[in-house]
Amino acid sequence: MKRLLKGGRVVDPANGIDAVHDVLIDDDRIVAVGRDLPVDGAAVVDIPPGFIVCPGFIDMHVHLREPGQEHKETVASGAAAAVAGGFTAVACMPNTTPVNDDANVTAYILAKAAEAGLARVYPIGAVSRGSAGELLADIAELKEAGCVAITDDGHPVATALLLRRAMEYAGMFGMAVIEHCEDSSLKGDGVAHEGYQAAMLGLRGMPGACEALGVERGVLLSELTGSAFHVAHMSARASLRAVRKGKEAGVRVTCEVTPHHFTLTDESLAVPIPYDTNVKMNPPLREAADRDAMLSGIADGSVDAIATDHAPHHYDEKKVEFDRAPFGIVGLETAVSLALDRLVHAGVIRLPRLVELLSVNPARILGVAGGSLSPGTLADVTILAPDLHVRIEANRLRSRSKNTPFDGWQLRGGVAATLVGGRPLFINAEAPIAFG
Amino acid sequence: MSGPVIARVDETLAVTSLRSKNLLGIADLAPEEISLILDTAEAMKEIGSRPIKKVPALRGKTVVNLFYEPSTRTRTSFEIAEKRLSADTLNIASVSSSVVKGETLADTALNIEAMQPDMIVLRHPSSGACHLLSRVCRSAIINAGDGMHEHPTQALLDAFTIRERKKQLAGLKVAIVGDLLHSRVLRSNIHLLTKMGADVWVCGPPTLIPTDIARFGVHATSAIDEAVADADVVMLLRIQLERMEGAFFPSLREYFNVFGMTEARLRRAKPDAIIMHPGPMNRGVEIASEVADGPYSVILDQVANGVAVRMAVLYLLAGGAEHETAT
Amino acid sequence: MPVVMDADRIARTLTRIAHEIVERNRGVEDLALVGVRTRGVHLARRLARSLREITGHDVPTGALDITLYRDDLMRHTVGPQPLVRRTEIPFSIDNRKILLVDDVLYTGRTTRAALDALIDFGRPLGIQLIVLVDRGHRELPIKADYVGKNLPTSAEESVQVRLQESDDREEVILSAGAEEGGAA
Repeated sequence: MKRLLKGGRVVDPANGIDAVHDVLIDDDRIVAVGRDLPVDGAAVVDIPPGFIVCPGFIDMHVHLREPGQEHKETVASGAAAAVAGGFTAVACMPNTTPVNDDANVTAYILAKAAEAGLARVYPIGAVSRGSAGELLADIAELKEAGCVAITDDGHPVATALLLRRAMEYAGMFGMAVIEHCEDSSLKGDGVAHEGYQAAMLGLRGMPGACEALGVERGVLLSELTGSAFHVAHMSARASLRAVRKGKEAGVRVTCEVTPHHFTLTDESLAVPIPYDTNVKMNPPLREAADRDAMLSGIADGSVDAIATDHAPHHYDEKKVEFDRAPFGIVGLETAVSLALDRLVHAGVIRLPRLVELLSVNPARILGVAGGSLSPGTLADVTILAPDLHVRIEANRLRSRSKNTPFDGWQLRGGVAATLVGGRPLFINAEAPIAFG
Repeated sequence: MSGPVIARVDETLAVTSLRSKNLLGIADLAPEEISLILDTAEAMKEIGSRPIKKVPALRGKTVVNLFYEPSTRTRTSFEIAEKRLSADTLNIASVSSSVVKGETLADTALNIEAMQPDMIVLRHPSSGACHLLSRVCRSAIINAGDGMHEHPTQALLDAFTIRERKKQLAGLKVAIVGDLLHSRVLRSNIHLLTKMGADVWVCGPPTLIPTDIARFGVHATSAIDEAVADADVVMLLRIQLERMEGAFFPSLREYFNVFGMTEARLRRAKPDAIIMHPGPMNRGVEIASEVADGPYSVILDQVANGVAVRMAVLYLLAGGAEHETAT
Repeated sequence: MPVVMDADRIARTLTRIAHEIVERNRGVEDLALVGVRTRGVHLARRLARSLREITGHDVPTGALDITLYRDDLMRHTVGPQPLVRRTEIPFSIDNRKILLVDDVLYTGRTTRAALDALIDFGRPLGIQLIVLVDRGHRELPIKADYVGKNLPTSAEESVQVRLQESDDREEVILSAGAEEGGAA
C-alpha cells in the first residue's frame, strides 16, 4: 500500500535535508522525499505541524534476555518496548543463557524477532565461547547466522591478546568489536563510582580510570590491527579523552553514551531515594564533571551514538540491598524523551545531530540498513512530537521490567509514531496521527 | 515536621523529640537532636547504678534485634538497654534462621513485621540495608551498623564518653587513626563530631583514606605525628586483618610501626588526652597494650556508656512509633 | 490572673510544714526528703534548710525524675516524648521515712509514678507526701500528709507554681485554661 506522510519536518542529515517535506512510502520502501509530492493514489497521512520525520532510530545496545531469562524480558516484549520508544531496530547483546556464541542461539533470537514482527533485531555475537575469555567463538558462523558485531559485554574481553585476535579475525568480515571497557582488578567488587557520594554512603567504588584503562587498551589494539573498535556505554571523562586522542590519530574507534550517563550523576545515589537500586548500573553514574564531559562529546562529535544499554531486571531482583542488586536499568522507552529534553531543548545539540546519534551512526557502525530516508531504502521511520509533554510512568512501560530511575519525570518531547518497513507499529495515543 | 519540637509551657513538661521515626545515621541528625540524645543518656546512665536496674518506660513494647553479622558487644549492649527499659526483646541471628534458606532481607523483615514489633535493631553487612528496611517496614528502625556506611549508636556513645571527660565537644581536636575507608564507625564519628564543632583529623595510609575525604569537613593526613599533635582525643579504629589481602598495606608489623598508637607517639597529644577504641582491639596492631590499659584509656567507659546511650535512643524513638512515617 | 499565694505566703507555709514534720515524726534522724522534678526538688531543698534551722540536723535530700514511670508515656498519638532528667538519690532509702515533695497534687498520677520509682530504689520504712497546693480532682486513691494550701478548682482551670530557683518569681497562680502536657 502507498502512504504519503504529509507536512512533517523531515530531518535526514545523510541527505542534507532539514525542511518541511512529504515522504512517499510504497509497501516497505521509501519512494520519494520532497516538497508537495503528488498524492497519486496514496493514503494521505497528515503529520501535525512541528512534528519531526526522520530515519528510524537504532538502539545498538540492548539486552533482550531471551533465551534464558525470560522473566526479565523476551525478544517480543523488548521489540514492543523498542517501537514504543521510537526505535525501528535494536542490536541485542549476547550475554543470554546460553550465551549467543553459536548459530543456533542467533537463529533462535532471529526467529523470535520475526514472530513478534515489531522492531528489527540484530544479534551481536560473543567474542569468546561462553564469553569466558579463553577461546574465540566461531565468529564466521555467527556472522553467517546474522550477527552484526561481536562483544563479551557484561565484562571486558579477558586479555589484550584475545582482544587483539578478535579484532583481527572480525576485521576479516568488517565487523566491529564492541567492548565493555573496564580493568577487572581495579573494579574489584565496586558497586558505584568512586567519589564523594560513594564514600558518604559506604559503597565500594570504581574509579573512572577503571573504564579509561579499557578504552586505552582497545584504542591501541585498534591502531595495531586496523580493525574497528567500539566503546560501549562510555561514562568517564578520561575515556572520552582517550577516544578523542585515538580519533585524532586516525584510529577506527567509535563510542556510545547512554541517556542516563548524559542526564544523571552519582548524586542520585543519595537523593531522592538513598541506595535506590534503580541507580545501580555498570558503568556507574559518575560525578558531574564526567556527565558534563559526555555532553560536550555529544555536542562536538567525539561521541558517535546514543545507545540505551537497556538492561531489564525483575522487581524482586532489584528489591534487595544495594550490594546485592544486579547492575542495570531499562532504557528503550525513556531514551528519546530524555534526548529531546536534555540535549535538543537544552541547546546542547540540534535535531540533525540527534538523528546522527540515534540513526545514521549506529547503522554505519553495525553495517546495517538504515540511517537515512533515501529513496529505495527500507521505510523505517521515526516520527517525533518535540513539544509533547511526557510523564514517565514505570508501571506503564511495555518492557516486562520496570527498573528505571526516571519514574515520575516530566519531560518535553516524545515519540509520536514508529514505522517499520512502512507499517506503523506504534502510534502514541497522546499525539495521535491518523494513519490510513 | 521541620525541626525538633520544643514546647516549654511548664518546665516539668519540657519536651523535645527526634524528627525521624528511625535512626539510620548521624548524617540525618541535627546538632540539637544529638544533644537531646546525649542529655537523655545522662539520665539513663543513673539507672544502671540503682539496685533495681529497670524502669517501666518501654513496658509492653517489643524490640527485635536482627543481626546479620556476628556481634557480642553491640548486641548485648542493645539487649541490656532494652531490658532495662522493660521492653520485650527478641534476638534473631542470621545464621540460625530463614536467611540461611535464602530469604531476602525485605521478606525476612516483612515476616517479622507481621508479628508487630515496635522497633527493629538491624546490623547488616550491606551499606544501605537499614534504608531498604525503612522503606519496607512500618516499625522504627535503629541502625546497629550497616556495611561500611554508619554505626550511629557507636558515635553517640563515643561522644557521650568524650563529653563526660571533656565537658563539651566543640573546639576539641580529635584524631581518628585507622582503616578510614572501610569503617562505619569513622563515618558516623565524622558526621557527629563535625556537627558538634570539633576539629577532626583523620589519619591512615593513603590506601585506606576515602576519596574526597576533605569534603567531609576534616583534615586528612598520613603523618601520624601531625594528626596526634595536641589532640584532646585520640580514637583508634580496628584494622581488619583481611585488609592485607587487598594490598592496602604490606603487613601488620609495618602498620604498627607507622600508625600504631604507642606511648611515645601519644606524648605529642595533650597531657590529658583520652584514648578511645570501639573494640574489639588488635593489641600490637593499631594500639599498644600499655596505651590500651593506661590511665587515659576510656575504652571500658565506652562500653559502659553504650547501654545508657542505647537506652536513650530506644526511649526517644519508641514514643515516636506513632509519628508520621519519614523516609 | 489571680495570685492565690504570694512570696510571703509561700515562705510562711513552708515554715509551718517544716514544724509539722518535726512534730509528727518526733525528730528527723531517720527522715529523708525526695523532691519530684522539677519544682518539688526546690521545695524539698527549702524544707531541708528549714529543718536544719529548727533541729540542727541535716536531712538528706534527693531529686526524683518520674518521667519513665508515667502512665501516659507512649500513649500520645501525636507528640514527642517528655524530656528525661537525672534522678539523684545519693543515699539508701532503706530504713528511712521518705518525705516525697511535689508542688501541686491534682489527679494523683504523678505521685503514683513517684511511689513506683521509689520502691525500685529500696524499701523505706514509710513514705509521706508533702504538697504545696492540693487542687482536688483525684483520679487515684492518693492523699497528701502535709498540704500547704487546699485550693478548690475546676477542671477547666490550671494552677501554676512559680519559684525563684527556676522561674525568677515566687507565686502560685490560678488561671483559666487547661494545663498542657498532662495532669499531675
